Amino acid sequence: MTKKNRLFLLLSPFTFYSLLFFLGPMLILFIFSFLEPGIYGGVEWNFYHDNYGRILGWADGEFEDFDIIYTIIFLRSLRLALITVLINLLICYPAALWISNLNPKLRNFFIFLITLPFFASLVVRLFAWMIILKPSGILNQVLISLHIIDEPILMLFTEGAVIVGMVYVLIPFMFLPLYASIEKIDLKLIEASKDLGANKFITFFKITLPLSIPGIIGGSILVFIPSLGNFIVPDLLGGAKVMMIGNLIEQSFLMGRNWPFGSALSMMLMATVVIFLLFYVRSVSKYENETETIK
Amino acid sequence: MSKLVQIISANKKFKTPEGERVTALDDVSLEVNTKEFITLLGPSGCGKTTLLRSISGFEELDSGKIIIDSQEMRNVPPYKRPVNTVFQNYALFPHINVENNIGYGLDVIGIPKPERNRRVKETLQLVGLSGYENRKPIQLSGGQQQRVALARAIINRPKILLLDEPLSALDRKLRQAMQLELKNIQNELGIAFIFVTHDQEEALTMSDKVIVMNHGKIVQIGTPTEIYDNPTNEFTAQFIGESNFFTGKIDNIENILTIKTTCSNTIYLKNFDKSKIFKEKNIDVFIRPEELLLESNQFTEKYFIECVVKQIVFLGTDFKILCDIGNNKIIHSVIRDAHRSNIDKCKIESKIKLYYNPLSFKILKND
Repeated sequence: MTKKNRLFLLLSPFTFYSLLFFLGPMLILFIFSFLEPGIYGGVEWNFYHDNYGRILGWADGEFEDFDIIYTIIFLRSLRLALITVLINLLICYPAALWISNLNPKLRNFFIFLITLPFFASLVVRLFAWMIILKPSGILNQVLISLHIIDEPILMLFTEGAVIVGMVYVLIPFMFLPLYASIEKIDLKLIEASKDLGANKFITFFKITLPLSIPGIIGGSILVFIPSLGNFIVPDLLGGAKVMMIGNLIEQSFLMGRNWPFGSALSMMLMATVVIFLLFYVRSVSKYENETETIK
Repeated sequence: MSKLVQIISANKKFKTPEGERVTALDDVSLEVNTKEFITLLGPSGCGKTTLLRSISGFEELDSGKIIIDSQEMRNVPPYKRPVNTVFQNYALFPHINVENNIGYGLDVIGIPKPERNRRVKETLQLVGLSGYENRKPIQLSGGQQQRVALARAIINRPKILLLDEPLSALDRKLRQAMQLELKNIQNELGIAFIFVTHDQEEALTMSDKVIVMNHGKIVQIGTPTEIYDNPTNEFTAQFIGESNFFTGKIDNIENILTIKTTCSNTIYLKNFDKSKIFKEKNIDVFIRPEELLLESNQFTEKYFIECVVKQIVFLGTDFKILCDIGNNKIIHSVIRDAHRSNIDKCKIESKIKLYYNPLSFKILKND
């Protein structure tokens, strides 16, 4: 048996598995998004484009209405996701920079700490945030006892709470790629920069930052995608007030029992993510072509 | 000439991961004059790179002083020191092109564009890289990268250029070409070079002054010829060029010193200072392999070492003969190209005489 055939055989179970359980459901979603919703849920097998029409504006108003609210929710999701990425970047970059300069033992300990929350259930961790943020919660009590505020302020069920939650949940996704690319930077380059007369700040902006761009892009994408489609965090911390596209999809499927509409929304979300991913792949491969490390 | 760099009893210890303390610099003192080409020569781990890094400011000394241009350097950060470094693996910035790599030192201190561009162009010309401005470092050969590293380091016109084994990654031909080129560039710029290497050939070719280091200590300072001809210790004698060492007892002191070696040969040595010879003490002497010849002349006919040929090695222009002088002690003789015809007379396991001039033997130790 040739090496190639053996590899093919070894990989075939996994390939089959991912085709069946990954591409399969996607295909179903894609097909459903062009079908007529059944009256009692399910689908009627007729071609039907008003699922997209409701979102994008050509629904005729006879059976389905165009509603601007979907666009608003979509844009809000986009905005919240981008804010989450930005805040995550601002938190994780200094942390990654600092940790990559520690000695190896401490470094591994901190990386362990950052991945530690993964060991507890997401829902449990978000309930903890609810306890912190609710009007009678820890944060309000502390602020009141410090006389910074007189009465509890509304923190839970706001966009702020959703952002806090998403930033918290997605920190490892930003930190790890950032850390990986900062840690990879040759210390000699930093020394060379200082040797040539650049102080810490100039060295950071001219050497460290540009060389960590792959990590910044990678981390941003990894945070952006799950926060764009997130529905657990806005569900628990945003309540009914802060609805994101993830919640909308969830509701269309489960409460509205409108599978084709949910599928259409999912496809729109997918399209957005794919566009961002293409951008990522292009910019990273371009970057790597240019700056492959010197052998 | 004024003293550009003074290093006064520098000490530095490192902690190993196992918790031991390793001495990198042990009471090192030296001086560098303006326009001087100095080489720090020694095996890896001898402290030469540590010394270089202390001058550039990336290592802080445990004790001792570094004075550059009559300014104490303690607590002066690397970016404020009037030195620039050519790093061992060049450390070129991979994300910017050749022009910006070279102009980096000017850009960070805010030199105006027109002057910056003029100087970059000049420096590119000096190192022979005009036309490569827009290449990324990855798109250059090893030799070209080396030139960029050099150009980047000299563009700020430092008082001293530090070079950390810059030629070690190049092949032999290129290395020899670069050695001459470096020397020319140094003459042209008139700045002091401190060059770190473990390659004795490099040290001898380029330097005005060689500083031989071992185990964190300076073992000898001198011009290349001094170091080669009159090594003051066994380490230098062995590290720079090859040497045949003999230990023995002094038999007779007259015009000629007669030494009975531990391998029961007799060696004759002229050119010594009678007042410094102690008859009752052991004496260590050495001779360079190229001073041991297969044929005699009027000066050498009475002086020879008898030995058995063990191996003959062809070195290109020269032959090297390894001979046993008894007690399994092997000595080397290098036969130059001109005497090649004599090689045919040597057969493995045959007895030969290696002639020498008694002036060629040198005393290393007599205590």
